[in-house]
Amino acid sequence: MDHSPVRNGPGPLEHPILLAPGAELGLVVDGSLTDGVEVRLNRETSVEDLKVGTFVTIQGSRGRFFGVLTGISLGSSDPRLKHSPPDVDDPFIAQVVAGTVAYGSINVLPHLIMPAVLGEGEGPEAAKTIPAHFSRAHSATEQDVAAVFGSEDRSHFWIGNPLDMETKVCLDLDELVKRSIGVFGKSGTGKTFLTRLLLVGILQGGRASSLIFDMHSEYGWSGQDADRMVAVKGLKQLFPSRVSTFTLDRDSSVRRGSPVDEVVSIGYGEIEPEDVELLRETLNLSEVAASAAFNLQQRFGPGRWLQEFLELTGRQSLFDLASEIQVQPHALVSLHNRLTRLKRFGFLVEDAGPNSGSRAANSMIEHLERGQHVVLEFGRYGRDLTAYILVSNLLTRRIHDRYVALKEEAEGGKGREPRPLVIVIEEAHKFLAPSVASQTIFGTIARELRKYNVTLMVIDQRPSAIESEVMSQLGTRLTCLLDSERDIDAVLQGASGSRQLRGVLARLEPKQQALIFGHALPMPLVVRTRDYGSAGSYASLGGLGETAGQEDREARERRLEREIADLF
Amino acid sequence: MQGQADSSRIGEVVEAASTSFLSQCYRLYEAPPLGALVRAGEPAVYGVVCRVVTEPLDAGRPVLARGENAATEEEVFRANPQLERLLTSRFESLILGHEDNGSLRPVLPPIPPRVHAFVHLCEAGDAAYLLQRGGWLRSLLSSNIPTADQVAGALLRRTAESAQDSEALLMESCRELARELAGDLPRLNAILKAVRQ
Repeated sequence: MDHSPVRNGPGPLEHPILLAPGAELGLVVDGSLTDGVEVRLNRETSVEDLKVGTFVTIQGSRGRFFGVLTGISLGSSDPRLKHSPPDVDDPFIAQVVAGTVAYGSINVLPHLIMPAVLGEGEGPEAAKTIPAHFSRAHSATEQDVAAVFGSEDRSHFWIGNPLDMETKVCLDLDELVKRSIGVFGKSGTGKTFLTRLLLVGILQGGRASSLIFDMHSEYGWSGQDADRMVAVKGLKQLFPSRVSTFTLDRDSSVRRGSPVDEVVSIGYGEIEPEDVELLRETLNLSEVAASAAFNLQQRFGPGRWLQEFLELTGRQSLFDLASEIQVQPHALVSLHNRLTRLKRFGFLVEDAGPNSGSRAANSMIEHLERGQHVVLEFGRYGRDLTAYILVSNLLTRRIHDRYVALKEEAEGGKGREPRPLVIVIEEAHKFLAPSVASQTIFGTIARELRKYNVTLMVIDQRPSAIESEVMSQLGTRLTCLLDSERDIDAVLQGASGSRQLRGVLARLEPKQQALIFGHALPMPLVVRTRDYGSAGSYASLGGLGETAGQEDREARERRLEREIADLF
Repeated sequence: MQGQADSSRIGEVVEAASTSFLSQCYRLYEAPPLGALVRAGEPAVYGVVCRVVTEPLDAGRPVLARGENAATEEEVFRANPQLERLLTSRFESLILGHEDNGSLRPVLPPIPPRVHAFVHLCEAGDAAYLLQRGGWLRSLLSSNIPTADQVAGALLRRTAESAQDSEALLMESCRELARELAGDLPRLNAILKAVRQ
């Protein structure tokens, strides 16, 4: 019998500072499909090297699982450990107990099963089982992550990178625009930057048009990076030929040097009682007062009621009218007072003939159908929520009506399908709160999904104030840091593995990080959002965009040629 | 490990059971220390010394105190030369494993060593080799002898002291110990302290 050298010497005493990609982490020791698997860390891996949200691969006996680290905990084989800890002042004893009696463990939620060989049509599939006991877990390599989150192309947009990795995470643009999108996060966490990126993606994808109700005039020509105190380019600067800018406030646009394609004005006749209903909160109207608008419409007729009502002067004339249309006189007076405030909106004009007001909507639809992306800048009116709610609801209603008509014509074989449209609204809870969602056009759009090729991109900092039915219809959700428990609950409602995602969401960095989940990604993940605002970032965003634009133009030219050839 | 020098031979098995064997030393007071590894017979059965006793050969003749007027202990033996013949040192070894077809197995042998089998003290290298193979502490820890923890501590300390790569061997053996006693932290603590003394 020979004396072999020591076979299992001790591992390295110092832990590596950063976990190397592909490093072995430990063994699967417990788990379930709903809660994910527990991996007991091996001695060489310290819990301090790991972060929630990093990717982990687990080699099962039949396939390789791809999951995300959702929890980190300290375990011990003896519950008495915390009451009578070993004498760790002796480094020898500390090393003996570390990894044996006292150990670290992580929770991994397996999302996907990778095929044995990656190739054409062989993508990762959703995991419907979990790896067996004692499967080995490794940290994911860049190649693993790239295989899951794809590479940048016409239908995949690079939105950011996973934490601590350089691999690109790409959103599936087709899936993104098929359903409504939600962008959440508390104030100052980067919602606007994320939205800009998404819009650039939608623009590059060329599958849909977008209509942006730009409350703070930050998407069209230029926006502000509040942290770096510099101006960043808007969509119009990056893609001048494909973005049309509309404005409600010409003076503000001129001052900001933003070229405007059209100035929008709206006739009083276009405002409907439903709009007043939506403005109840911002105008501080009682339910009775708001519903008096319906009686007024009956009395004066659609298209005329508001103007005639506002022309009334004197308390007595209002009381007379109240008794005539059988509403509470004081309610009518308060409605009159509040609606009079609308007069200060410069974009509201006296009625200039039937359907004059829908001119703005029609013009927008025209641009949208040409494949243009439309930004409506609110200028100084952006500071007034009443104006924002009123205008976006009113225009969207018209545009939606038009889309419904176009879609029905297309179904009847009389025209072509309307181009998919994504409508972007900020402060979305004002439109989609449970009390008003059933009445606003946005509630309708959110619920009827993509039936009429119109979807929403809702941007909000208080997702808990949005009706849960609407939230559940969001296909892809992107959320920056949220603090409030209720908001976190609302965002994660209905998401698979929401319990694990909670931990991830609550620990996001306050800047440049977002949790993304839903249809546009194969699995939920935290990304460090792509840089926006530097010269390099414009080049990488605009470069592909211009190529895409050119391809679009070429495609249009080819189609035109074909149509001409067919005709003659 | 066959063909060891005879100097390692320290006694003979005088009583054997499946879990332990009792050996008598050839010389009085020359029993191996507590926690030493010994092997007995052919094929070898390995054990750890867990109890050493020196007693009269004839249990019916109790030892009497004889040194009342002697100045030193040696004087007692010089004055009573028969004592060396009337007393004997014996040691009990707990069986840890055995040799089977040339390989070492950390389980009890199918049959215990024969009575009169020669007992050798394992050399430091042999002991270290056994410990590295793992699994050799299990029988000791699961035995119900009251001194098991002390013996385990002594075994680890002694073996590591004389091994080439002592720190590494001690660390690995103690980790094995920790895995064996994962659910009994106070006991692990006690043994580790014994090892470190």
